[in-house]
Amino acid sequence: MAWRLKLVPAKTNFDFFKHQWITFSLSVGMIVASLICVAVMGLNFGVDFKGGTTIRTESTAAVDVAEYREALAALQLGDVSISEVKDPSFRDDQHVAQIRIGAREGEEAVTPEVIQEIEEALKAVDPAITFPSVESVGPKVSGELIWKAVAAILAGSAAILVYIWMRFEWQMAVGLVAALLHDVIVTVGIFSLFQIRFDLSIVAALLTILGYSVNDTVVIFDRLRENLAKYKAMPLREMMNLTTNETLSRTVMTATSTLLVLIVLLIWGGDVIRGFVFAMTLGVVLGTWSTLYMAKNIVLYLGVDRGDKPKAPKKSSEFADVDA
Amino acid sequence: MTPTETWKRVLILMVCAWGIIAALPNAFYDRVERHNDAAADIAKADGVATVEEAADLALWPSWAPSALMPLGLDLRGGAHLLAQVQVEDVYKARIDGLWPEARDALRDVRDDVGSVRRAPSPEDTLRITISRPENMAKAMAALQKLASPVMTLTGSQASDITITSQGADIVIQLTASEKTATDDRTMQQSLEIIRNRVDQAGTREPTILRQGSDRILIQVPGIGSAAELKSLIGTTAKLTFNAVVGSTSDAGANPGPRNMLLPSKDQPGLYYIVEETPVVSGENLVDSRPAQDEMQRPAVSFRFDTAGGRRFGDYTANNIGKPFAIVLDNQVISAPTIQSHISGGAGIITGRFSVEETTELAVLLRAGALPAKMDFLEERTIGPELGADSIEAGKTAALIGLAAVLIYVVASYGLFGWFANVALVLNVVILVALLSAIGATLTLPGIAGIVLTMGMAIDQNVLIFERIRDELRDGANPQRACQVGFERAFSAIMDANVTALMTGFIMFWIGSGPVRGFAVTFTLGVITSMFTAVYVTRLVVELYINNKRPKTLVV
Repeated sequence: MAWRLKLVPAKTNFDFFKHQWITFSLSVGMIVASLICVAVMGLNFGVDFKGGTTIRTESTAAVDVAEYREALAALQLGDVSISEVKDPSFRDDQHVAQIRIGAREGEEAVTPEVIQEIEEALKAVDPAITFPSVESVGPKVSGELIWKAVAAILAGSAAILVYIWMRFEWQMAVGLVAALLHDVIVTVGIFSLFQIRFDLSIVAALLTILGYSVNDTVVIFDRLRENLAKYKAMPLREMMNLTTNETLSRTVMTATSTLLVLIVLLIWGGDVIRGFVFAMTLGVVLGTWSTLYMAKNIVLYLGVDRGDKPKAPKKSSEFADVDA
Repeated sequence: MTPTETWKRVLILMVCAWGIIAALPNAFYDRVERHNDAAADIAKADGVATVEEAADLALWPSWAPSALMPLGLDLRGGAHLLAQVQVEDVYKARIDGLWPEARDALRDVRDDVGSVRRAPSPEDTLRITISRPENMAKAMAALQKLASPVMTLTGSQASDITITSQGADIVIQLTASEKTATDDRTMQQSLEIIRNRVDQAGTREPTILRQGSDRILIQVPGIGSAAELKSLIGTTAKLTFNAVVGSTSDAGANPGPRNMLLPSKDQPGLYYIVEETPVVSGENLVDSRPAQDEMQRPAVSFRFDTAGGRRFGDYTANNIGKPFAIVLDNQVISAPTIQSHISGGAGIITGRFSVEETTELAVLLRAGALPAKMDFLEERTIGPELGADSIEAGKTAALIGLAAVLIYVVASYGLFGWFANVALVLNVVILVALLSAIGATLTLPGIAGIVLTMGMAIDQNVLIFERIRDELRDGANPQRACQVGFERAFSAIMDANVTALMTGFIMFWIGSGPVRGFAVTFTLGVITSMFTAVYVTRLVVELYINNKRPKTLVV
């Protein structure tokens, strides 16, 4: 037999419910901890959501945050934060910093004069400094953006719930959406815990996590539906274990290939999309976890209606006639 | 395995071939871009090419496809503005313009209503106090003729103002339909002006879009900063009404002292000689809108403020039968003949207009100056160096990511892994081709979307291969295992892709900026990956199984 890279043996027989209360409590615990974390520490909102201005500076000279701060203190801008940005893709003499200025009361966006003043003040400190990007968002827009982001995630979850409900059983739809919310909430919780900047692109990442996590779980449900029709007498618990073991190789394979790409993006993709890629990476890990330990637990708890005629179509499914 | 029907095979191969051809220009981005720019410039100059343009044009064959993925601001650098138009500003101007008319109307019935004065009121309301409120009915009747129907595209007619009485006061307000129509005009004018201004700066592919009821999104690649863009938009166009001395087809004609030679906007080769000093200028114009003349033909009505109206009235009274020119940015947009003395500062321009043309002209007339103040809610500047860095990082990541996945898949599935890799590479190629064909802007999150698609596209092949493995393990022969493997995996692939598509659509629908850029590539990626993973892989596996007829198969 030809050699194959196998992360999972051909035949496995794990009992995924052996520690079901521990794993399930862990998931619930993570959700609760995340919610508390967000409530207590809040999120490090970027200008997209909070309003204000970010200025990216670049220079051949090393960044001295204290010096920058001193130069800007004279301008009395209020809430200013300065941080150096480090990235392996930068050239040796490429020193980047990110300056964030909070939105001021009653102003829709920072005026060009203020930006000019800031740029001049920094040029006095470091004549070689350039400003590759300046972004200002007014508080009015940022408020709307938050709402839109929340709406996008809720609408996404709702659409998935309805689709899965139609295609599978309602218990599976509930289990799936619980798993999805788990992934999203814990990802947001980790962003809060480490105070990583949360902006519009992170919302895109959260939505993709929804998509990925659904993908992952649906495959198991699809096989479960098939097995429900195949082994009518097998207890649900046993059948779910069988199903999960049957699809385990695929779950791991897909998670690995996606993670492989994400890790490449994390390392070489540049600092501009790092937060975005980091959120996705977390999401894939959490998504795999929730597929294995969260969604099914809920389905097991709710039970599945196993009448004489299961709702599931025959083995080869209704798409079998669509001959590829 | 049941062989795929011939027509389906041809179709699949054609799609792949199209993908490769249509994606090709992107591999030579710089050359093709210079070629396209040169071609556009030459077309603009009526086929006359400079030496440089001809050289650039030769960089890429004209018969070859030349559609590129346009690069977003984050990759090319440029400025982004989101402006909110203060549409209410226009209500005030309308109301202020109504006051002299109302005063004139009431002057005619002075004996009955007594003295008239304007009382303080909110900006969108005109409040007039009369000294003899017992004759209110007469005053109201006199004012009633100020109302005119609102012209809407649907053809429904409603009055533009409401006139009510409150004690000794008469209250005139704009109706809701007039306000809606006014807002719409204000937005159209603002868009038109901004478009004109930005186009004149000659930058590449600016995006100028109306967003929602009162916002305008402006994205201009290649411009230095948002501040620069703002000053460009802020410059107002110059609108004047000038006396016409004559017309000529000679572009070099000497207009004579204190006259100007101006080209006609619509008729190339026609030039007007007009007096340098305008009779009235755009600053005096308070309104202009599509209307109808007494014969029910489409026309454009306009109205000046008091000072402009007086000057215009005097001039038209003395020059009946002579043409006057409406000049915008040193171009004559129209030169109608004065039919009668136009008093009261309002008039209509007739001509052989269609309804669309009157709408356009009304917009253009008012487009001289921004009709309302704009607040900038969002401004972003991205330097070209940052964009170049991002492209470089994106390229590196995409190549390494692709290589990593290719190796991983071959290590896991051997020969079938190669089959999947063919599909994977074709997937990226077709995705790029699609993005180029529809002109979807590529942004940094978009690149992330492409890279992620590579990771997730493999999932569908994994599903199929795992099924084939299952079947082989259960003792099926290679032919049967492959056949059943593809069939059984389809339902899971379908469900997974439908849900992924749903999130993609929602992202596109609700999202903006980076979310949208990602949604486009992600959604298209789901579609192309479904095509390549299912159909292309199947075709390749089928060719292998049916030609080699292997006795045993290891996936």
